[in-house]
Amino acid sequence: MSDIAVTHVPHKRNIPFAQEAAGALVILALGAIGWFLYPDDLAFLTRLIGIAFLVLSLDLVTGYCGVATLGHAAQFGVGAYAAGIACIRGVSDPVALLAVGLCAGTVMGLISGALITRFRGLPQLVLSIAVGQLIAGLANKLSWLTGGSDGLSGIEPGKVFGVFGFDMYSRTAFVFSLGVLVITFVVLQRFVRSPFGLMCRGIKDDDLRAKMIGVSIYPRLVVMYGVAGAVAGIGGALTAISTGVVGLDSVSFERSAEVLVMLVLGGAGHLWGALAGTVIFMIFEHIVAAANPFHWMTLVGLLLILIVVFAPRGLIEPVVLLWAKFKRKGSAV
Amino acid sequence: MSDLLEARSVSRSFGGLHVTRDVNFKLTTGDRVALIGPNGAGKTTLVNLITGDIAPSEGQFFMGGDEITGLSIPDRVRRGLVRTFQTTRLFANLTVADNIALAIMQRKRITRRFFSSSTELPEVRAEWSEILSHLGLDRLAYRKVVELAYGQQRLIELAIGLALHPKVLLLDEPAAGVPHDEAPRILEAINRLPSDIAVLMIEHDMDLVFKFAKRVLVLAAGRLIFEGSPDQVTADHEVRRAYLGSYADARRPT
Ligand SMILES: Nc1ncnc2c1ncn2[C@@H]1O[C@H](COP(=O)(O)OP(=O)(O)OP(=O)(O)O)[C@@H](O)[C@H]1O
Ligand SMILES: [Mg+2]
Repeated sequence: MSDIAVTHVPHKRNIPFAQEAAGALVILALGAIGWFLYPDDLAFLTRLIGIAFLVLSLDLVTGYCGVATLGHAAQFGVGAYAAGIACIRGVSDPVALLAVGLCAGTVMGLISGALITRFRGLPQLVLSIAVGQLIAGLANKLSWLTGGSDGLSGIEPGKVFGVFGFDMYSRTAFVFSLGVLVITFVVLQRFVRSPFGLMCRGIKDDDLRAKMIGVSIYPRLVVMYGVAGAVAGIGGALTAISTGVVGLDSVSFERSAEVLVMLVLGGAGHLWGALAGTVIFMIFEHIVAAANPFHWMTLVGLLLILIVVFAPRGLIEPVVLLWAKFKRKGSAV
Repeated sequence: MSDLLEARSVSRSFGGLHVTRDVNFKLTTGDRVALIGPNGAGKTTLVNLITGDIAPSEGQFFMGGDEITGLSIPDRVRRGLVRTFQTTRLFANLTVADNIALAIMQRKRITRRFFSSSTELPEVRAEWSEILSHLGLDRLAYRKVVELAYGQQRLIELAIGLALHPKVLLLDEPAAGVPHDEAPRILEAINRLPSDIAVLMIEHDMDLVFKFAKRVLVLAAGRLIFEGSPDQVTADHEVRRAYLGSYADARRPT
């Protein structure tokens, strides 16, 4: 038998940190556009950024691990309440409040993950709703801590780095949120391409195959849930800091369902998809709800039907395909 | 010689259907064993039992003297028990390179890293690029698995098995679906494996069985009915009746 010539696969030409740098620049550019085009709407844009964290977080468990959940607002809400409560009880440094939200979100993520990823399919979905409802119920009942149905108000954080105070035009809040988003996004870009992140995508594709290469699936999914909880917790804390209030809406079922819609709209399994979905849905809602407060949900429904029919894998998918084609052409020359 | 794998009186039934009946066998270092038998004989089921995919109704499995019957699938894999699937099971939405790299990284215990980028780690890349070259798949390294032809996917199934550096390798019809001119690569890949590991191959193609196996196990209706060298198998009357039929007749000078 003749020897097979061993030809080695040519290296991919990759400039280190190019993707991360591009990610940061794109987000900053979008932020700048928002800043100059809608200077009166910065409060809304800040809220949008807060929600983007939750959609990114959902993407980690749903898009990257294939976990079906309709209770993801729990992670966000717990982060928001934790930061709000800490602020009212005297922690005023915004960065410290973010850390509080991050920790609370992580703990909540680990607990949810430990429960939800034990199961698959419909039981998993139902359990995720149950966990979400449980947290919403607690937020309502523990009114001595959470303010009950009135929510928490009077959250007045101190100055960012002791210099930039929060203003009524949300300028500081917007820039602060955008900065935290850039850092988080860059970290997540590396995280999803890491061996751990790649393995999660493998588990989503075929968990029996993953087991057959020696992977214990459950602990990995729980860890992923913890990371997702951290991201959502940061988003919750940011929202609490920038709006000054935390209400029951932050843990509501509607919030969980809405972010799932945003993720599907943008494209699950891509960080850019999560971001695109948030931006498009929130802006659409903002404009349409202002123009026609009674029928905006109908229009959102129509939009979704169009997306599912014409771009079932989300708006980001055609972009990703184009990009791949472009890169293949580039490397063939 | 020590026993790498042993099955002791293993039985399994689904409802009333006895798919595996009182199966006993051993795989020792350096074994190259073919498991043959008619369709529905229970060959794949036996592999599923060994890997822990399904639990036996009765009986035990041992690796190197330790009982593994109660261990989870990943625990068995970590002890070097590796299989390929008859119907391909791959990470379909990942690239070919990622598929192999995941197996390599799992073996090296680096899939718990959170921040280094994965597939292009030099020590990982050197390995998968060599495996892919040997199997003639190097051009496809950065293609998604779903985009490939079925025969190519079959070879990736084998590549993942090789990347795990098994002590016991169970191949479930590795050549089925692979185009004829690619099939020799499978034997070449097996020949390149360290000589002390045990390989068990389920295969219908008797030419391949003869080239590969030093020992043949014959399974019919869930029972091991014969064990011997390839030549003995073709000569045995019962095996011919149960399975080989015309093939054995064709080989015999009349
Ligand atoms: N999970 C299951 N539940 C019920 N019956 C099963 C199950 N798995 C296998 N069987 C039955 O067990 C018998 C043996 O199946 P198996 O796949 O092990 O055969 P095989 O020898 O691998 O056949 P082939 O050569 O076609 O691959 C078949 O009749 C099959 O229907
Ligand atoms: Mg079979």
